[in-house]
Amino acid sequence: MTVTFYISSVIAVLSSLMVISRKNAFSALLYMIISLLSVAVIFFVLGAVFVAALEVIIYAGAIMVLFVFVTMMLNLGEEAVELEKSWMQPRVWIGPSILALILGVEVMLLIASSETGFLSGSEIGPKEVGIALYGKYIIGVELAALLVTAGILGAYHLGKRKDIVQHRYLQEEKGDAL
Amino acid sequence: MMNVPMEHALIVATLLFVVGLAGALMRKNLIYILLSVEIMLNAAGFAFVVAGAHWMQADGQVMFIFILTMAAAEVAVGLALILRIYHKLQTMNADEVSKIKPN
Repeated sequence: MTVTFYISSVIAVLSSLMVISRKNAFSALLYMIISLLSVAVIFFVLGAVFVAALEVIIYAGAIMVLFVFVTMMLNLGEEAVELEKSWMQPRVWIGPSILALILGVEVMLLIASSETGFLSGSEIGPKEVGIALYGKYIIGVELAALLVTAGILGAYHLGKRKDIVQHRYLQEEKGDAL
Repeated sequence: MMNVPMEHALIVATLLFVVGLAGALMRKNLIYILLSVEIMLNAAGFAFVVAGAHWMQADGQVMFIFILTMAAAEVAVGLALILRIYHKLQTMNADEVSKIKPN
């Protein structure tokens, strides 16, 4: 199972290099998802199964979907159809697909193998993490809740369109700050 | 004990962090800069998880969960800023954004 760690590490570094070197933003996002998935496989091999699941669900699932959403939103226009056609070309998705296939074969071999496959000897499961999170680190959880609330409010405030004020005394000047 | 030496895992984390830092310094597109910051945060969390697995403590994973929360909040605000900048300036170039004058 040691070789799984090294293969995933190589894939992680390689796909991260592809992320920062791609010209096409969509291709870079696909490689970023592969990078996160390979780090999740490394976590699984190291015995941190809960964090591996979180990496796939939150990082590769939620955060990357936000990125893809914004990238597609910024490209609205007449040439959007041709742009989308260019994204569907094999050279955009063939690299990430091959890397994802390698990772998938790795995980299947790990699950199918009779040995547990955790390199650290013992896995640290969700139970220990939960006890530590809501016992020792409860203040951190509360601070994280405050941070997320602030993030929601900030994103709402920044994404809000300006209302058109009809009253002449309340009208603001044009060209206001960003 | 890990069959993989801890140093190797930490070297991988360092490589990921350096790649992210290089991307944040070299690229001009705001989306790529945000992606590079994500790579760096991921590498830092990776180092935490490796240390937690080495000493068989749950604290490393707890720290990773905090980093995950922070990354989610940061991405939400960052992407809202990017959308606002794009609507205002019609560009994604970070150098153009630095020309904004406060008024």
